[in-house]
Amino acid sequence: MDENLTYLPDSSDLASQLGEKDGIKEKLLRMCRQNKLAAASAIIIFIIILMAVLAPVIAPYGESEQDLLNRLQGPSVAHWFGTDELGRDVFTRILYGARVSLTIGILPSIIALVVGVTLGLLAGYMGGWVDYLIMRVADVMLSIPSLLLAMVVMYTLGSSTMTLFIALSMVNWASVARVVRSHTLSLKESEYVEAARSIGVSKWSIMFRHIMPNCIPSLIVLFTLNIPSAILSESSLSFLGIGVQPPQASWGLMVNQAKEFLFTTPWLCLAPCLSIMVVVLAFNFLGDGLRDVLDPYMKTQ
Amino acid sequence: MENENNILEIRGLQSYFFTEKGVVPAVDGLNLDIPKGKIVGLVGESGCGKSMTARSIMGLLKYPGKIAGGSILFDNRELVGCRNRELRKLCGDDLSMIFQEPMTSLNPVLKVGRQVRGALLTHNRSLSKEEAKRQVIEMFDRVGIPAPEKRYDCYPHELSGGMRQRVMIAMAMICKPKLLIADEPTTALDVTIEAQILRLMKALQQETGMSILIITHNMGVVAEICDYVYVMYAGQIMEQAETFELFDHTAHPYTQGLLASIPRIGANPERLHTIPGVVPNLLHLPQGCTFCNRCAYATEACRQSRSELQSVNGSHLVRCFRREQREEDAV
Amino acid sequence: MSEILLETKHLTKEFPTDRKGQVVHAVNDVTLRIYKGETLALVGESGCGKSTLGRTLIRMLPATGGQIFFKGQEITSLSEKEFRAIRPKMQMVFQDPYASLDPRMSVRDIIAEPLNTYKVCNSKKETTLRVAELMQSVGVPVEFINRYPHQFSGGQRQRIGIARAIALHPELIVCDEPVSALDVSVQSQVLNLLKDLQQEFQLTYLFIGHDLSVINFIADRVCVMFLGCVCEISRKEEIYEKPLHPYTSFLLDAIPQADPHLRNKERRLLSGEIPSPVDLPSGCCFHTRCPYASEICKKERPALKDYGGRLCACHACQP
Repeated sequence: MDENLTYLPDSSDLASQLGEKDGIKEKLLRMCRQNKLAAASAIIIFIIILMAVLAPVIAPYGESEQDLLNRLQGPSVAHWFGTDELGRDVFTRILYGARVSLTIGILPSIIALVVGVTLGLLAGYMGGWVDYLIMRVADVMLSIPSLLLAMVVMYTLGSSTMTLFIALSMVNWASVARVVRSHTLSLKESEYVEAARSIGVSKWSIMFRHIMPNCIPSLIVLFTLNIPSAILSESSLSFLGIGVQPPQASWGLMVNQAKEFLFTTPWLCLAPCLSIMVVVLAFNFLGDGLRDVLDPYMKTQ
Repeated sequence: MENENNILEIRGLQSYFFTEKGVVPAVDGLNLDIPKGKIVGLVGESGCGKSMTARSIMGLLKYPGKIAGGSILFDNRELVGCRNRELRKLCGDDLSMIFQEPMTSLNPVLKVGRQVRGALLTHNRSLSKEEAKRQVIEMFDRVGIPAPEKRYDCYPHELSGGMRQRVMIAMAMICKPKLLIADEPTTALDVTIEAQILRLMKALQQETGMSILIITHNMGVVAEICDYVYVMYAGQIMEQAETFELFDHTAHPYTQGLLASIPRIGANPERLHTIPGVVPNLLHLPQGCTFCNRCAYATEACRQSRSELQSVNGSHLVRCFRREQREEDAV
Repeated sequence: MSEILLETKHLTKEFPTDRKGQVVHAVNDVTLRIYKGETLALVGESGCGKSTLGRTLIRMLPATGGQIFFKGQEITSLSEKEFRAIRPKMQMVFQDPYASLDPRMSVRDIIAEPLNTYKVCNSKKETTLRVAELMQSVGVPVEFINRYPHQFSGGQRQRIGIARAIALHPELIVCDEPVSALDVSVQSQVLNLLKDLQQEFQLTYLFIGHDLSVINFIADRVCVMFLGCVCEISRKEEIYEKPLHPYTSFLLDAIPQADPHLRNKERRLLSGEIPSPVDLPSGCCFHTRCPYASEICKKERPALKDYGGRLCACHACQP
């Protein structure tokens, strides 16, 4: 830094010259340019969501349309992914299953994230009895096996897709809250949080503008890990008969049903497994891309 | 060794960082001698490569840093390219290092006495544990730790910063090294403690006749205890001289600027002298002299090519064209 | 004497420790005045409570005892809401330029934060212009407005921190060791900048530091602290000329001077360590390290007495 700097002319349109900081749209575009894998993942996720939404239009057969004469067939032109033990078209069921599995994978993860981040920030920043209360509840949540917890919720509230959301969100928020709390504890001692306090920034602003953004890398990892575990929990619950009820399709349910035929007709299992894998991988890559684009250190000068 | 009186001779040392953005020449063609029984200072601002030099000597370069060339002769042994185990054996036996932050260089879950004893036992396996403990306590006493028997069983967090630095010095000294490398040994300490530690290092040096390489950014520390000084800037030595010669007849514009920007007690100027600009990015060094864009005397020649280190007065060497210019004018 | 900007009376700050009933006495019974437009330096070794005092003064930390008056108004008893009107008048510059800026905020957001918090500007454009103006006054090129802290050097970051502190036109700035993490050549740039800004905006500084040569340059008056107590408050010229308190003279003697010819000068060095602030020594805090300590020093804590405009807390003080 030196004395003889050249400054921009101090004119009224200086503000426009300096431009605006880039918004979400610019950031996403930048991510797509820099990280091709993340861009591809975003497109794949978009296509899968589109296919799930348009399932009734795209699907060649009905969701539970049975054809008992053509049971357990291999992939063919008529049935791209073959047929299952009741002669239902697997491709059709993958499309319909995506509706359930994607919602169950993503929505509870988002709810868990929102609840967990808020409570974790509160616990870490406020300390005292707030911290004690929130963290003890979280400990209880974490000490009960997650499947058991979900089962209890499902039995008490009755089994419907809504209660499934609630059950799966309850399972996951505690771990998010724990991670956020530990970050908050260390970040609230940092000098820049102190600097914000010295200016008179409100505590909510400090929590959500200073502390939360600095938790983003861990949050993205947690979020992308939560999605597959939610999808799989759903399949376990469905298997126990309290999740999605047949003949409705979900990927988890399909894996469960197909595992009986694993040695005779492996493709039956392959289709839903691959679908889960593609979605999970896509979210992981997208998460990596998002993390990088939100990280000022990765920005090239 | 070119000179039998030297304990360490560095010739043309190149320590580079091989990063994705390019090769960073953190240390570029460094020559440095440490005579036996002398205290040598290596001074410079952060990022000038002084710590890289120390790490190169100790073989502690971290990825992506690597020694790209040159030689480091220590007591007639070549350290560059020497296999790790031999180097380890050497370190601690004849070559020790103390670091800037005494808290992070000590293991927080081990008692300090045991850590020092461990250092002694790894390099001297024949010693019994009791004997080693006795020696450690003796060493604690010598570095001025009060109640050494009691401190032997303390954990690092139970000691103050000054005490921890004394423990570090004890650990470095326990194997009676021939050369002690001290990387900013007093930067994290208070002035009154700093003065104590500097005095202790000087006393230990005189007592044992070892050599010390002090790496620092503080000209005050240099003036206080060094016999010979190297001034480093952007990976190169800019000026080297005996301490008195350097302070009395400062020749390089950078050293002059550095000395002038220190606020001094007694002088009450309205403004402090500053060196304009910032340290250049090592990835994009100027073609000519690395200091030319901050130098008040820079000429076209300075921007075109780099000067060699040239003698001004005996062992006083300067990397600057201006010196020659002046001599020509005088003739 | 000019107007008093801030005054403390018997200010005390204690921190609870993990063990019940034990407290850390960080600031003990400090009474001092800061005059408008001056630079008062707080000097002392680490752990002497100088940073805590600086933070308590501007209510970053709640005081446990005593009073603070800002322009004659008592501020320790104000509610958070009432204090909000005064908060912008007291700002702070922090020690570590790497830690004091949020790594995920651009320079624009960092400097605009105080402006947005108090809704000083009416439009985004106005905010941008004000940020640009502030960047100019601290000497950071305006075209870097959208950059992030990690793209700057330490000195530039400290300038950004200073811009944030002066954004709300404060009257008092607490500078907590603002140059101790910087290299010498950069340190002098920042010190010059602080001096220039003081003249330009009529600022009052409380400059916390441990380097007496830096303080010699920037300060008008110097307050020496040891273990949470004030030892001496004097004008700068006097304190360097003839220190009153023994601790001050030891501090002055300990500084390594950048002049090898002073090497063999007889220097008295303090022995021993700083006592624990949990159990303070009886009497004078300094008596365990003081070579002049007598019986009375062990029993009675010396009061801060006036010696012709200089204040000193020592039983043996002879002006």
